[in-house]
Amino acid sequence: MQIDDTDRQIINALQTGFPIAPRPFALAAERLGLAEDDLIARLARMKDAGIITRFGPFLDAAAMGGAFCLCAMEIPPAQFEAMTQTVNSFDEVAHNYARDHRLNMWFVLATETPEGITETAERIEASTGLPVFQFPKLKEFFVGFRVAA
Amino acid sequence: MSIATQDRALIKACQAGLPLVPEPYAQIADQLDMAQVDVMNRLEALLGQGVIRRVGIAPNHYKLGMAANGMTVWDIDDAEAEELGALVGAMEDVTHCYLRPRKRPVWPYNLFAMLHGSTRDEVEEKRQHILQLLGPAVRAHDVLYSTQILKKTGLRLASKGAT
Repeated sequence: MQIDDTDRQIINALQTGFPIAPRPFALAAERLGLAEDDLIARLARMKDAGIITRFGPFLDAAAMGGAFCLCAMEIPPAQFEAMTQTVNSFDEVAHNYARDHRLNMWFVLATETPEGITETAERIEASTGLPVFQFPKLKEFFVGFRVAA
Repeated sequence: MSIATQDRALIKACQAGLPLVPEPYAQIADQLDMAQVDVMNRLEALLGQGVIRRVGIAPNHYKLGMAANGMTVWDIDDAEAEELGALVGAMEDVTHCYLRPRKRPVWPYNLFAMLHGSTRDEVEEKRQHILQLLGPAVRAHDVLYSTQILKKTGLRLASKGAT
């Protein structure tokens, strides 16, 4: 799917601050100079095409009393696909990337309690038979990623 | 902070995404047997508490032409790591920057800085800037390019979990 300038404007405008109101699309559309049904249709198309991966509230595990942790595994290449399915089947795996390194799978665990991180990592180790390396953040210097479409 | 049962149900109803209909909060309210105004008020309250960081869209940066995603990793003397990490984190091209534990012998790196670009050459150029900035404090470094997004659902409350 090709996106046009209007789609780009929508992406730039709606990364934050989607309205909480009875007709939120109508409000957001008005600010963008669009019709409500056009905005909804464009969002649906971009979501179907995978240009938008998520639309809705973004949760902070730490504010809920839980935790996030970056983890990595060394997966034998022949098993990569099967192990991806196993690891991704855990609800606690929030996102997961293949990377070109000996540690070739990197994912973020998000759990509702701090103890949930180690507990989930142990369950993944039991399911895969492979070690899970935990890289909790010791200090965060900057997080502010916004994509300019 | 524990989440009240109703808020938990509300978060679970929204976490896969808001419905793309003219009145999404009314649809969620119906589903939960709540009033729309209560759904909206609780979402506002959760935003205020920081449990919800934002409501909006997450674009797929690969599909928007940001095809190169490099996790640069650095082994920096612990005595200098905080100060240098703050400098790297302040660089315009760095989108996330953290200090994390080493896992020797597999992993000697303690500073992580994410770089994005339309090509790997672009990321390499930015990586050189970090290298120059860190100077002699760097003992070893590497960059791990992502080759595939395997999952990107974001945080979900598990189907059964602590309440």
